[in-house]
Amino acid sequence: MKDFAYTRDFKSRALIFAILLAVSIIVVIPYIWMLSNSFKTTMETLTDPMHIIPQEFTLDGYIKVLTKSPFFHWLGNSVFITCTNTLVILFTSTLVGYLFARFRFRGKDFLFAMLMFTMMVPAQVTMITTFIIIDDIGLYDSVWALIIPSFVNVFGIYLCKQYCEEIPRELIESARIDGAGDFAIYWRIVIPQIRPAIGALAIFTFMEYWNDYLNPLIYLSSTEKMTLPLALSYFSTQHTTDLSATMAASALIMIPAAVVFIIFQKQFIKGLSMTGMK
Amino acid sequence: MAEVVLKNVKKIYPIDDSEKKKKDDQGEQKKTNLQITDKGVIAVQDFNLEIADKEFVVLVGPSGCGKSTTLRMIAGLEQISEGELYIDGEYMNNVAPKSRDIAMVFQNYALYPHMTVYENMAFSLKMQKYSKAEIDAHVREAAEILDITPLLERKPKALSGGQRQRVAMGRAFVRNPKVFLMDEPLSNLDAKLRNQMRAEIIKLRKKINTTFIYVTHDQVEAMTLGDRIVIMKDGFIQQIGTPQEVFTHPKNLFVAGFIGVPQMNFFPASRLQQEDGGFVAEILGEKFRLADETVGALANAGVSGEREVVVGVRPVNVIISEDGTGIDAVIEVAEMMGSEMHLHLKAAGTDVSGEQETEIIAIAPTLGLDVEAMSAGKHLRLNLQTQAMHFFDPETEESLL
Repeated sequence: MKDFAYTRDFKSRALIFAILLAVSIIVVIPYIWMLSNSFKTTMETLTDPMHIIPQEFTLDGYIKVLTKSPFFHWLGNSVFITCTNTLVILFTSTLVGYLFARFRFRGKDFLFAMLMFTMMVPAQVTMITTFIIIDDIGLYDSVWALIIPSFVNVFGIYLCKQYCEEIPRELIESARIDGAGDFAIYWRIVIPQIRPAIGALAIFTFMEYWNDYLNPLIYLSSTEKMTLPLALSYFSTQHTTDLSATMAASALIMIPAAVVFIIFQKQFIKGLSMTGMK
Repeated sequence: MAEVVLKNVKKIYPIDDSEKKKKDDQGEQKKTNLQITDKGVIAVQDFNLEIADKEFVVLVGPSGCGKSTTLRMIAGLEQISEGELYIDGEYMNNVAPKSRDIAMVFQNYALYPHMTVYENMAFSLKMQKYSKAEIDAHVREAAEILDITPLLERKPKALSGGQRQRVAMGRAFVRNPKVFLMDEPLSNLDAKLRNQMRAEIIKLRKKINTTFIYVTHDQVEAMTLGDRIVIMKDGFIQQIGTPQEVFTHPKNLFVAGFIGVPQMNFFPASRLQQEDGGFVAEILGEKFRLADETVGALANAGVSGEREVVVGVRPVNVIISEDGTGIDAVIEVAEMMGSEMHLHLKAAGTDVSGEQETEIIAIAPTLGLDVEAMSAGKHLRLNLQTQAMHFFDPETEESLL
């Protein structure tokens, strides 16, 4: 019986392993392709883009990106927009989430329903109106156009609310008796309790704004205000694309995102799996 | 260190439509006898209590009786709907919890999970802007008293139930509150630890000597800890008194049944009557001649002549008769408790109303008892100690004595 159980266990493990391997390969190939082309000469990317191992290994693409373009300026823009948005969203989401989870006020359910409702409207639907508003208040071609509309994130509020509801009521009451005011309770008791949610939300928002292509494309026009994803088009002319430089830039853009993910991944996976349960 | 006064305190929980609907859905399942008015459910009413400085008062009652609500109103966690609350002579109804100078121990301890024991205990002092040195001194002193000094650097997760309980108490008294509130602090512990912690609380109380208000549903805790006990039911105070008073002179049927384990035996539809120049109580067809002092007490309370009563007799006062007189009963379950046996019996005789099947619990000392013979199905004759009888009005359920 034991042997049987073992073989069955081995077989199912092998199957799972095979499936995971196949999926991993599919996921990883584009990255490998990106890296491989970033080390090729421009000529080779044009003649033989599918070859994984570069015939002539070169750093020309990277050098071009770092010296021939305002790459660090774009990096600055991206870092500023992404970090500001992430921090602001973390603050507003935790605060509003806590508010909705723990406070009673008139019209609370209605307000929350309205917030949820906005999640069901696709961004494309509101794109034009948002653009008109941004343009009217004079923020067109300003990095603030990518920050101010992002101050509130309904998904973040929802996530934090769910987590705040899990906090035992006594914990908050105890803090209240211990002399903590509402903000002290939020800052010293609630925030530490919902760290998984904060970690997950931090990664979500960071990735969202770091990789955002559409909004910068809509709101930014001058070259020096561009963010990194948008700047990838800098290396394309109307007829040709400098694939080597583009891939090198892509690889460089990926590094901060990967670092953030590695730092927060424990919280992220916890957050993801727990949101899945609800 | 302060007296606490509650005057006509009332708590109404408003029902909004959504909750009302929820209640309807639950249907009969959660049936309480709380009074419901247009304004909402009345959880506590007519609550009048004066707690003296350094007194230990226990609020006790079954779940849903309003004891925790009362405590939470004193703490300031619940609004007081009507009535007045004074702590140390000051009107407190609208004062924030943090300004009431109270501390509270919660049933689930409510330790802050992300802080060490030290930080947990220091939190309230930190919030009140004590200096680091003062905080350190206070925390270490409290830790010393509660014997938790070695645990100070641990997180609550790494503590056992008993240790958490200690930390929760330490956190509460580290800042020397005027009033110490405890909401079923022992109910999450196992029986042995509970007994141990109960003794600890008694010791602790001697050391810190402040006003305690303690909520429990466990009448043993109430009896052993309280200077005075407040027994509540359905939002009303049933009786306030010392443990001895509520045990020997329960004011009504509810208190009589609630205090004392096993529960007091009740003989409804019994009859008091005069016979041979004395008083007898007819219970299940048997006549018990009342002691003179009982007759006197009844006469003082204005009870004379024939009337129907509910007689209450505690299990210890039910005696197995040697001479073949007394109530005929059959053992249903016999519980061996070591030094004594708890016998659950069913009376064979009928009471005045002709109803049958009165259940009787008797406690018999094992010494000199034929333990083997005390098994299910055995017929016994039971005598009731008349001087320990309680008499209640069948209508009002109030004690006649």
